[in-house]
Amino acid sequence: MHGSKIPIWFFIGLLLEIYGVLICANGIIEAVTGNYPAGVQLTNLQTPIWWGGLLAIIGVFYLVKFRPGRSAK
Amino acid sequence: MLEFAPLTLAGATGTLPALLAMNATPLARLGVLDIAVIAIYFGMVIWIGFHLKGQSNTSEEFFMAGREMTAWIAGLSFVSANMGSLELMGWAGSAYQYGILATHWYWIGAIPAMLFLGLVMMPFYYVSKTHSVPGYLDLRYDGRARSVAAVAFATEMILMSGVNMFAMAVVMKVVLGWDINFSIIVSSVAVALYVGLGGLRSAIFNEVLQFVLIWGGALLVPILGLIQAGGWVGLQRKIMSNLHNDSYFHLWRDTRHFSANPMGVHWTGIVFGLGFVISFGYWTTDFLVVQRVLAAHNLRAARLAPIIGSFFKMAVPFIVILPGLLSLVLLQNPDGSRRQLVGEDVTAACTANSAGVPTDASACSAAMEKTNLTPEYQKQVLSGAPGAELHTYNQALPLMMVRYLGPGLLGLGITALIAGFMSGMAGNVSAFSTVWTYDIYKPLINKKASDSHYVMVGRMSIVIGVIVSIGAAYLVQQFHGIMDYVQALFSVFVAPLLATILFGMFWSKATKLAGFLGLLLGILFSAGLFVWVKVVPSALSVVALSPDAKPMAENVFRALWAFLFSSIIIVAVSLVTTPRPVKELDGLVYGATVLPKEEPVVFYKQEWFWAVAVVVIFAILNIMFW
Repeated sequence: MHGSKIPIWFFIGLLLEIYGVLICANGIIEAVTGNYPAGVQLTNLQTPIWWGGLLAIIGVFYLVKFRPGRSAK
Repeated sequence: MLEFAPLTLAGATGTLPALLAMNATPLARLGVLDIAVIAIYFGMVIWIGFHLKGQSNTSEEFFMAGREMTAWIAGLSFVSANMGSLELMGWAGSAYQYGILATHWYWIGAIPAMLFLGLVMMPFYYVSKTHSVPGYLDLRYDGRARSVAAVAFATEMILMSGVNMFAMAVVMKVVLGWDINFSIIVSSVAVALYVGLGGLRSAIFNEVLQFVLIWGGALLVPILGLIQAGGWVGLQRKIMSNLHNDSYFHLWRDTRHFSANPMGVHWTGIVFGLGFVISFGYWTTDFLVVQRVLAAHNLRAARLAPIIGSFFKMAVPFIVILPGLLSLVLLQNPDGSRRQLVGEDVTAACTANSAGVPTDASACSAAMEKTNLTPEYQKQVLSGAPGAELHTYNQALPLMMVRYLGPGLLGLGITALIAGFMSGMAGNVSAFSTVWTYDIYKPLINKKASDSHYVMVGRMSIVIGVIVSIGAAYLVQQFHGIMDYVQALFSVFVAPLLATILFGMFWSKATKLAGFLGLLLGILFSAGLFVWVKVVPSALSVVALSPDAKPMAENVFRALWAFLFSSIIIVAVSLVTTPRPVKELDGLVYGATVLPKEEPVVFYKQEWFWAVAVVVIFAILNIMFW
């Protein structure tokens, strides 16, 4: 992004990273303890783990690629 | 964004206040992790506002984001400004009622217009260096047309922002049980802070962020729903076995007669009313969305932005229409039977007392008889049996979220809804601020102030705009009927504006007086049709050309007639008045403008290449779901 010290993609990466880690960690705790939320369907798919993990991976990508100070093409 | 929604959701949102009367338990309960997810989002948007404050010092920076946006950012912001949560929830509810017919509002009701904006109209908006759509009218016609458009637009924006605010508060109350005042104050303070600090740049940045959040929060619902339904084929089988109707899967097949489809629309209305007048009117002349593209850093980026946006617009039905269809067969009552959703009128008639029993049993019974609820379930509702609650069509999406999303993920889904509402409100107030400052304050009140003065006026207008919006939100809460009229503002205004801009842009003989009268009389004509149907409901069959027509058909046909009326006025007046010399129209009119040459780029960076790709995908999708 021209004229911006921190690109918007960095903010997005940061937010996805935080969300991804929180959700994935919560999913792991659920899987380990077997304490799944009542009423939620398809808990056997361990959705928080893989969806949180996916968000975290995308977050890392954007954090690295658009980190402040890195010259944009 | 709500602006496009009123045309279709007037019935749904107009009864939103009725939901407040319900004594139902909230659909979802948030845990600590969910609250943390939401709080982090609010912290992030305000941080962005503070971060960008130092880069919004001049009027060009504050109102036009410095015209520095890349095609991707402008394109995502362009689509995001339109993706309001009320629209997402409303269209999921529409899909529940009408099947994939609702997809027309995302495909033919958007894609051709977005391509037309990028390929044909954008050069004139961009080369003229206008700050706004009313500003273009000033350059092409004169200050009279600009003033009519600016006043109508500014009024619409600020009232729509209030409606958005109120709608969000109602949804948060119904879904989460949050206090109405809490939702209104928190959301409006956040929007005023980040837009007031960072101007359009901050609004655009947050819209891109919100776009990512909406997908990140809502995409899981159709994925998990399809897994549970056995894929697309499994979903079709389930719908056929439960509802015995394959109209849910056809876009065009059943539109040859008004009565052949549940929406009560005819293909001519869809193609000409929705696909042309409403869609082109919204996507090519509504400053709320056009402003995002005007912020692009060069002409090629400005042309590419709507085309990039059109890819994502085509994909939105996956997170909106599909959950609506899935909810038809997957939602269940506590006893395991299929849960049937109802209209807001039914839930309002069945408002329960503290014991959970409807206060007016006969009205509730009469309302439920018109639905497909089983007699047993109706009895349970009337007796206040535990778990026998009524849910509305518009709750299809939140109900599906609650079904599949556990702690954290639910917070993300709710954040997606909040983000959608806030992007809508931010879009409203940032567009209002620009039109107020450039098209009302500067030409009519204070012509010779300094640049910093106009930035200050812009910042103040955001704060004042938010305060007026809050007032409008409470006004709607007190006088529910206002909502219908506020929402009608857009549909009344858009068709005459489209005619005025199209003739201005593509016919050099359109005169100043023709532009002014075409716009003004067109608005009055369109408003007259609206009031006529309101006062005399049977007039609907005249406006929409069929006794089988439903309110949704009225919107598209009213827009069509208003467009034709304005066009006739513009042509007739132009023929008897003197046009401006062609040399004055350079940069404003097709045929009188030499467009700047753009640097040659490889084919995959050209707008035409991607436009062809969009057309091919658009055609394939329409054929697949014919």
